[in-house]
Amino acid sequence: MFKKILIANRGEIAVRVARTCRRLGIAVVAVYSDADATALHVQTADEAYPLGEPPVSKSYLNAEKIIRAALESGAEAIHPGYGLLSENPQFARLCRENKLTFIGPSPEAIELMGDKLAARRLLVSKGVPVVPGYNEPLSNEEEALQTAAELGYPVMLKAAAGGGGIGMASVHGPDELVRLYKECCFRAKSSFGNETVYLEKLVINPRHIEVQILGDKSGTIIHLYERECSVQRRHQKIIEEAPSPFVDDLLREKLVQAAVRSAEAIGYENAGTVEFIVGEDREPYFLEMNTRLQVEHPVTEMITGLDLVHEQLKIACGGLLSGKDMPKPKGWAVECRVYAEDPETLRPSPGLITDLSLPEADGLRIDHGLLPGYKVSAFYDPLLAKEITWGENREQALGKMTVALMKTRIDGIKTNIPLLLKILGDSRFRAGAYDTNLVSRLLVP
Amino acid sequence: MKAVCSNIDGVIAEVKVSVGDVIVRGQEVVNVESMKSIISVVSEIGGVVKEIKVTEGDFISEDDPLIFLE
Repeated sequence: MFKKILIANRGEIAVRVARTCRRLGIAVVAVYSDADATALHVQTADEAYPLGEPPVSKSYLNAEKIIRAALESGAEAIHPGYGLLSENPQFARLCRENKLTFIGPSPEAIELMGDKLAARRLLVSKGVPVVPGYNEPLSNEEEALQTAAELGYPVMLKAAAGGGGIGMASVHGPDELVRLYKECCFRAKSSFGNETVYLEKLVINPRHIEVQILGDKSGTIIHLYERECSVQRRHQKIIEEAPSPFVDDLLREKLVQAAVRSAEAIGYENAGTVEFIVGEDREPYFLEMNTRLQVEHPVTEMITGLDLVHEQLKIACGGLLSGKDMPKPKGWAVECRVYAEDPETLRPSPGLITDLSLPEADGLRIDHGLLPGYKVSAFYDPLLAKEITWGENREQALGKMTVALMKTRIDGIKTNIPLLLKILGDSRFRAGAYDTNLVSRLLVP
Repeated sequence: MKAVCSNIDGVIAEVKVSVGDVIVRGQEVVNVESMKSIISVVSEIGGVVKEIKVTEGDFISEDDPLIFLE
């Protein structure tokens, strides 16, 4: 096992990865921007290296500086967390060139799955079902209009290099397409440095369900069941649960088989997630693969008893997977993402946390990077904390979650806790009969 | 001169007006990127743009003046 690793991330995920390292006796090197000098992830690390000015382009995305910090500190490996450099093949390559282990898949696998169009083409050839659409980029507005007419509205306009719900838009007619085409290209270019967009058929009232997988050096791929991620706002998840209340044994078998086949197709190594969209016909279609640890990985940990960061570290050290890495799931787990945002308008709410009180209870886990007096910066993602509850069944897990959220106090900024509670109390959510439109329906006054 | 101020902390993503432009009440004048979202700053007043205090990439705080109108 490693003796020292650098965590190239911030916030709750940096704190969470460090927790496993501490348990395993691995020394942790943190990195931080000027805005994060007093952050929890810096305070809990064994050493910390400054990266400079707050914008991510000058700090957490500065690959050279991070590599230099790793080499100077004597770290053997880099854990990228999620977001930031985690799905950047150049960074993974740079680690390799500097003889640092990148705790994640190969740069080649990241590159392939990062190009949504290339991934679609490969998986179609391997018999994995994908959302009906075109596997070629659009070159202009006229071509977009023609392609959309052939597919039939409504369609989904997507950035080829996209992810995390950014750079995509549902389109219901030609006028809307003309209006959104340039905007989508612009967002794709500004967020991902690549303005390529393509079109898929819009799946109506979809569920968003994903499968956690692990792959080792020898080519063995195992799955750790599904996570239900249909509660979203602006195409971003806010509540996840495992198992999915929508998935029966037949659908689960289809999902996990398609996930394992997708990972096998690229010889995937380390932890990854294969995302699917499931329509009213209960057929899963491949959406994308996230070649890293997911934000919502704790729900899988809660039902399997595994520590996915530990699994990642073992695989990165050359460990092989076996049947015991695939325990039978037990009970039900739910995760709520607490965001710094207005619960009605969803507008971000950066600012100073004047007071903080987080509950403790059996079956409750809170992953966060918060401190009283901590300034939630406008430079970064609005995720404040993830509250995860486990119960013998769904009812129990949801009950514990409601109590936990009601007892959570984060003063000084607005949070989405009132919205989360509204969702938890909604009859469709309670019945498990919801799709990705749930939040927008709830927000209509 | 009257100022149009930012309604949020963030980085200027786009300045949508130029000096000399006549703007009306309710018009979007600046886009601010905050916590990975784009937030529009709308002018509460009409007038002629006299001065623009910010350029793309500037970090601004809530209530900072962005443009001055006459």
